[in-house]
Amino acid sequence: MVAAAHDLAAVWATLEGVPDPEVPVLSVVELGIVRDVEVDADGRLTVSITPTYSGCPALQVIEHDIRDALARGGWPDARLRTVYSPVWTTDWIGADARRKLEAYGIAPPPGRAPRDSGRDDLVLLQRRVPPVACPYCGSHATTMRSVFGPTACKAVMYCDQCRQPFELFKAI
Amino acid sequence: MAPALDGPVQAALVQYLLRLGDDRLVLGHRLSEWCGHAPILEEDIALANIALDLVGQATLFLGLAGAAEAAGRDADALAYLREAIDFRNVLLAELPKGDFAFTIVRQFLFSVAAYYRLEGLATSSHGDLAGIAGKALKETRYHVRHSGEWVIRLGDGTSESHTRTQAALDALWRYTGEMFLADDVDATLVRAGVIPDLATAEPKWLAQVTGVIERATLAVPPSGYMQRGGRTGRHTEHLGIMLAEMQILQRSYPGAKW
Repeated sequence: MVAAAHDLAAVWATLEGVPDPEVPVLSVVELGIVRDVEVDADGRLTVSITPTYSGCPALQVIEHDIRDALARGGWPDARLRTVYSPVWTTDWIGADARRKLEAYGIAPPPGRAPRDSGRDDLVLLQRRVPPVACPYCGSHATTMRSVFGPTACKAVMYCDQCRQPFELFKAI
Repeated sequence: MAPALDGPVQAALVQYLLRLGDDRLVLGHRLSEWCGHAPILEEDIALANIALDLVGQATLFLGLAGAAEAAGRDADALAYLREAIDFRNVLLAELPKGDFAFTIVRQFLFSVAAYYRLEGLATSSHGDLAGIAGKALKETRYHVRHSGEWVIRLGDGTSESHTRTQAALDALWRYTGEMFLADDVDATLVRAGVIPDLATAEPKWLAQVTGVIERATLAVPPSGYMQRGGRTGRHTEHLGIMLAEMQILQRSYPGAKW
């Protein structure tokens, strides 16, 4: 299926042009939402996507935008399949995408997603967190104002140096 | 696709998924009642975010329940077109939101229990259940932290916040046992190898909850009679009133979309 292999590269390129509605500086591919692209036995294209947060209200918009882009790219009968494993993680956001986030004014996820260490550390008033650099002035003198921000994926931070509030993409 | 299951196992799976979905739908709706009313803006946003996570998890679990039931009901039909007697949530989730201490203590007691249950379910042999549980687990970790840290601040805060938080704990404690009740539904799924035995969830929950309550300078209520009924559709009068508000649009204008 040489022809199909050729098609798939074009499909991926098309999907890389679909921005995330909440974080338009990143594509749905860079965010790790698109998991797989296959050609089924009947010759139809199937794109597998995975939700970021369970309640992410952008998911329906993302599905719509992907269908729209695929239709315009010449795959109007493409199927969209939702997959739940492996579970989406910000660890899939690559170095390039992290730089784009920062340039856009959103601090990228600090470090890797929290994992269970077996230690009883679920609830701590003071938590050792990796330092977060202010995306505006670069200072590490920043404070987390709220873990829960304007969208499920972001926390609210404040820069004590340039006194600018900013958003942080939570590690999850 | 999940492998085909025997009839009784499939029926148990539908019930189990309804329980998971209904706990989150009902508690998520209760939390959403704080939207625009929380003590400070950051907390308003936090409670709305947690509500959104819970309603999102409910959508996924109920969607899976509808698919397993194979009777043509999707997540919306299950959420908006069932009567109170058909809901399978624990009573803890449906109690009115109370004051801020009550909401936070309930959220903490529920989130820790949910955390250990989801941790087990993330290893389920049912691929979609495992995946959704794994995602919900990550979100729940944030809910446990947020509510647990508030319990410590409120308990070890002013005499007013201490009194209210202890009162919430005393009022809610008798509703916690139901979260760990295992009946034929659980046993059937464990025997069929669909879910792991979750008997260790309760002692883990008690250890985690006790640790936080003590750090909050609060007292763990004495163990005693535990309320139950939600898992079999015997609810408090509060659920019907909540559903009337939650379901009125779909009941009045069936199939309405916007």
